[in-house]
Amino acid sequence: MTETLLEARGLKMHFPVRGGSIIKRKVGVVQAVDGVDLDLREGESFGLVGESGCGKSTTGRLIARLLEPTEGTITYAGRDITHASRKQLAPIRPEIQMIFQDPYSSLNPRHTVGGIIAGPMEVNNINPPGGRHKKVQELLETVGLNPEHYNRYPHEFSGGQRQRIGVARALALEPKLIVADEPVSALDVSIQAQVVNLLQRLQRDMGIAFVFIAHDLAVVRHFSQRIAVMYLGKIVEIADRADLYNNPHHPYTHALLSSVPEADPDSEKHRERIRLTGDVPSPINPPSGCRFRTRCWKAQDICATEEPPLVQLESTTTGHLAACHFPESRQVIPDAEALAD
Amino acid sequence: MNDVILSVRDLKVHFSTEDGVVKAVDGLSYDLTKGRTLGIVGESGSGKSVSNLAILGLHNPEKTAVSGEITFEGKQLVGARESELQRLRGNQISMIFQDPLTSLSPYYTVGEQIAETYRRHTGAGKSQARKRAIEMLTKVGIPQPDRRVDDYPHQFSGGMRQRAMIAIALCCDPALLIADEPTTALDVTVQAQILDLLRDLQSEFNTAIILITHDMGVVAQMADDVLVMYAGRCVERGTVRDVLKAPEHPYSWGLLSSIPSLSGDVEVPLVPVRGTPPSLIDPPSGCPFHPRCDFRSRVPGDLCVTKRPDLEPARGHGSACHLSTSDKRLIFTEEIQQRLG
Repeated sequence: MTETLLEARGLKMHFPVRGGSIIKRKVGVVQAVDGVDLDLREGESFGLVGESGCGKSTTGRLIARLLEPTEGTITYAGRDITHASRKQLAPIRPEIQMIFQDPYSSLNPRHTVGGIIAGPMEVNNINPPGGRHKKVQELLETVGLNPEHYNRYPHEFSGGQRQRIGVARALALEPKLIVADEPVSALDVSIQAQVVNLLQRLQRDMGIAFVFIAHDLAVVRHFSQRIAVMYLGKIVEIADRADLYNNPHHPYTHALLSSVPEADPDSEKHRERIRLTGDVPSPINPPSGCRFRTRCWKAQDICATEEPPLVQLESTTTGHLAACHFPESRQVIPDAEALAD
Repeated sequence: MNDVILSVRDLKVHFSTEDGVVKAVDGLSYDLTKGRTLGIVGESGSGKSVSNLAILGLHNPEKTAVSGEITFEGKQLVGARESELQRLRGNQISMIFQDPLTSLSPYYTVGEQIAETYRRHTGAGKSQARKRAIEMLTKVGIPQPDRRVDDYPHQFSGGMRQRAMIAIALCCDPALLIADEPTTALDVTVQAQILDLLRDLQSEFNTAIILITHDMGVVAQMADDVLVMYAGRCVERGTVRDVLKAPEHPYSWGLLSSIPSLSGDVEVPLVPVRGTPPSLIDPPSGCPFHPRCDFRSRVPGDLCVTKRPDLEPARGHGSACHLSTSDKRLIFTEEIQQRLG
């Protein structure tokens, strides 16, 4: 059993909503993340999926401590960093890095690639053996770029190459944990696969723990060993990859898996069709009880009054948790044998 | 096959820019039959959107050279007068765009925007048009349509806005609907709803649909026929089964083996297309895909570099590649198929 690297308990992030014309009064809160428990193990690749507004990015930013949670605790390598100050965080910062979604806005257009990648080393005053210049060139090579491009500017690169620069920057400090927030969703499919393969290689070879945030369930399945599904600020189901995709228990997971179109006309015919009605409710005023009940076909009275806890189910393997009053094992995606018939 | 409503022959769309002439579409031909869906897939910059804007004459004539033939129900659209195109737009040919928020006017109610299109093309009165607007909103599944008809677009959610766009597009019973990435901005569960809606409405109105997308999954669900575009040209054409289950072109192979699947072996690595898409100002000689192609060595001589391959055979399942038909089949079954998991 590997060590727990990061532990989050009861994590909440509430953003105030201000209204009024001159005096901005607080008129409500967006409950972006509302009670998330997570354990990240060393070297593990953890996936976070959900639709827009479910709080997956906010959770990622909380884990990287770019945001200070409203409630709950975050423990990194045994230290409570929930409300740690800038100074207290300084020694930990190099160990947790981020990769962002948009490779265009996440690189400073006025800096050279070399400057961008060396940036984290400068800030943290780190002088690797052989000098920063050499380290940057090594990093460029690691991510599959030409080391001679050291003095070029971001605009000279394509989207996929820019994302590689972002990856190199994240690697510069040899982190233990990388939070990758939709790292491939801005890229074209053929380029997407290049970057996914790169990240996978780094994760395996360097033993870096990854929090992989994405809305694409197929990409997450390919990349992550353990996956959590989020809905309106809460984790509704969390399980190992095989369990989540082959034996999902939460109705929302069923619906998500059923909605993803697959590039195979045959699997489309074999797949169960579950269609949700309506849209995700507002996180300013989420439904009482179970937050999914307004779109759930199984909802009963209890769902409106009592919030289902995220618990281990009798019928699942250890570590497979779901938050539902009426969980049910349901195979939404047909396996390869069913397709062969 | 007399039901061809749209026929495109050797369409070229060239933009003049400071850097040179961008050959965004360079010799595209296809036919579309009544009541069928043609999926056009390709990566950003492959010319899929540009070719369809040309159908509606939406390019700036000062900077764009459009040549070739676009015949819609016997009428020639290339070089047609603006007044003639205006009579077609929104009436017989409609378009829905990727981002429903920017394509709806924020100053008018949803009802007014539907009514405007309807009145303009049918000469109906105000109250009649309003009735039609409510009827259309009911058809696209907006709850309480008689109340929501007076809402502004910002009061609608993303999925509802796209429904409203569809209502505008279909209010005059068009013979052809061009859907340009209609679900890319939406979440998967909402995407599934919108795709279902498009399919239902198509069977009701017998509309022909051109569906532009980069998502092979959406194509598998929606399309009857598929066109794969690369660097402004069609590289493969066929029924959805032909192209997704027995693809012939190396680029189609690359696209399909780049996408992870929801079932199948997670250990099967993704095989991306190497390199980056070519510049359309100065596209590669011969086959535009040759710098990224892994199978060039199987073609005798330097045919790939010197001669542009034609789309062969002229009807049915065809691909533009110099590999022999038997090689294409052999490579796919022996090498590519196992990559698809």
